[in-house]
Amino acid sequence: MTLLRLETTESIARPVAVALDGLARGFGRRPILDGITLSIRAGEFVALIGRSGSGKSTLLRALARLDDDAERSGSLDVPAKSSVLFQDARLLPWARVLDNVMLGLQASDARTRALKLLADVGLAGREAAWPETLSGGEKQRVALARSLAQAPELLLADEPFGALDALTRLRMHALLFQLIGKYKPTVLLVTHDVDEALTLADRVLVMEDGRIVLDRTVDLPHPRRASDGRHENLRRSLLAALGVYA
Amino acid sequence: MTILSPHEFYSDPAWHGFSGKAVPKPGAAERTARPLTPRRLGPGGHLFGPVLVLAIWELASLTGLLSPRLLAAPSTAVVTGYDLMIDGVLQQHFLASAERAYLGLAIGVALGLILALIAGLTRLGEATIDGLVQIKRAIPTLALIPLAILWLGIGETMKIALIVTSVLVPVYINTHAALRGIDLRYVELARTVGLSRAQFIRRVALPGALPGFFTGLRLAVTMCWTALVVLEQINTTEGIGYLMNRARDYGQTDVIVVGLVVYAVLGLVSDSAVRWWERRALAYRKVIGS
Ligand SMILES: Nc1ncnc2c1ncn2[C@@H]1O[C@H](COP(=O)(O)OP(=O)(O)OP(=O)(O)O)[C@@H](O)[C@H]1O
Ligand SMILES: [Mg+2]
Repeated sequence: MTLLRLETTESIARPVAVALDGLARGFGRRPILDGITLSIRAGEFVALIGRSGSGKSTLLRALARLDDDAERSGSLDVPAKSSVLFQDARLLPWARVLDNVMLGLQASDARTRALKLLADVGLAGREAAWPETLSGGEKQRVALARSLAQAPELLLADEPFGALDALTRLRMHALLFQLIGKYKPTVLLVTHDVDEALTLADRVLVMEDGRIVLDRTVDLPHPRRASDGRHENLRRSLLAALGVYA
Repeated sequence: MTILSPHEFYSDPAWHGFSGKAVPKPGAAERTARPLTPRRLGPGGHLFGPVLVLAIWELASLTGLLSPRLLAAPSTAVVTGYDLMIDGVLQQHFLASAERAYLGLAIGVALGLILALIAGLTRLGEATIDGLVQIKRAIPTLALIPLAILWLGIGETMKIALIVTSVLVPVYINTHAALRGIDLRYVELARTVGLSRAQFIRRVALPGALPGFFTGLRLAVTMCWTALVVLEQINTTEGIGYLMNRARDYGQTDVIVVGLVVYAVLGLVSDSAVRWWERRALAYRKVIGS
């Protein structure tokens, strides 16, 4: 536990991986992101929560540089190597599992790397399967393997577990946590689920109407338990920021 | 994206739940539940209609209701077909026709595919090609015969060129539509994993357009024979179309029937061949259904 604390403190000294300054985005003169200034340090796991329509996906897409249709202003500094985990696993249905994981890999060891990641997500032996034969959870594991195979410095995930059942979601949390520990990318995870944010993240941002209205460090040891008093306090303040008073 | 034939539609396993083959349960209440859709046809079930027509036709010929001057009896046609085959006449005409049809098909499919790729993947291509093909689509192939004869003469080149222009259209239209309809989410994915343009075409655009290409190909394989019937009335002494026309001059309705059967068999065989290929190439879609 002490060790984990040390690591958290140490992370504050790490270089900045993502820097936003007055980032604004809009569609047809309608502002969606309203001048966001934010910095995320390398290796930090940041969760972004907020009501539906508050602009979370818009922010994530801006970071992934997938928003050339938007009006833009402000500055944005992200690592060159980033990858995205979508809510739908978004596997190419015509490519077998291994080819999906290898998508976009150039290096000569692409295959070895993809196989290793499939083993990491517990899908060794399913390389030749068609995506349509996989369960929802398995598809999302392939997508996770594909994202990490890119060796991203920044992993952007937009409600990656939103479509999964509660039990599978808990397992995916454990898997994600373990693999993030192993490959150490900086993570921005968009979620609706306060508990998901509190289980995984070092820091939680709450977004409202295109602005970050709350920025809390979660300085709790892993594995986290909801029974912990500080956990419960954090949970309440996050829910309050979302307009839910329990 | 593909249009299912009624057979494929009803053989979709989603229907099996309604096929009325539920485990029999005691009690009249359960038994009275009537299926909402017809039960599945057994193997060969689709032959019922054709066989029925054949039987009525043979009967009408036997009783003299149907004069052989109007239409020969099926049995006569079988004998004539057999004789023509023994003489090698049928094979000779068939080969001549097949050569034209499949040469035209091969060139037309390749051309349609290439044009669809250029139009589907580049702006200049879209601007240049799409309008032209749409115009060609509006003009019946047979209406081009006079011009084609003036430009290319009455020989083989003209015939093959016309088959090419007719089969090109369905291949182009369907492949192009499939390319245009590729899910934007996959395009986004391709960007996030940093695919180059060439990799995008190979990994995403081409496989995504394949179902459309097959739809076009299925139309094309029957279309190449359709055009031939008319084209083989022009300056030739070989081909199924020629054989049938000559038979008309001599009033040999049995030979005409043989020609029709050859076309029907060819159409069915070509279509099954393409569907077999399609099933293999698009194996990933079948995994859940089959
Ligand atoms: N391409 C677009 N064109 C026009 N409006 C858009 C576009 N993308 C997003 N918006 C608008 O921006 C607002 C924020 O959308 P965004 O998807 O970022 O919300 P979100 O916080 O991710 O919501 P949810 O939790 O429901 O996913 C919405 O009102 C949406 O209609
Ligand atoms: Mg969203």
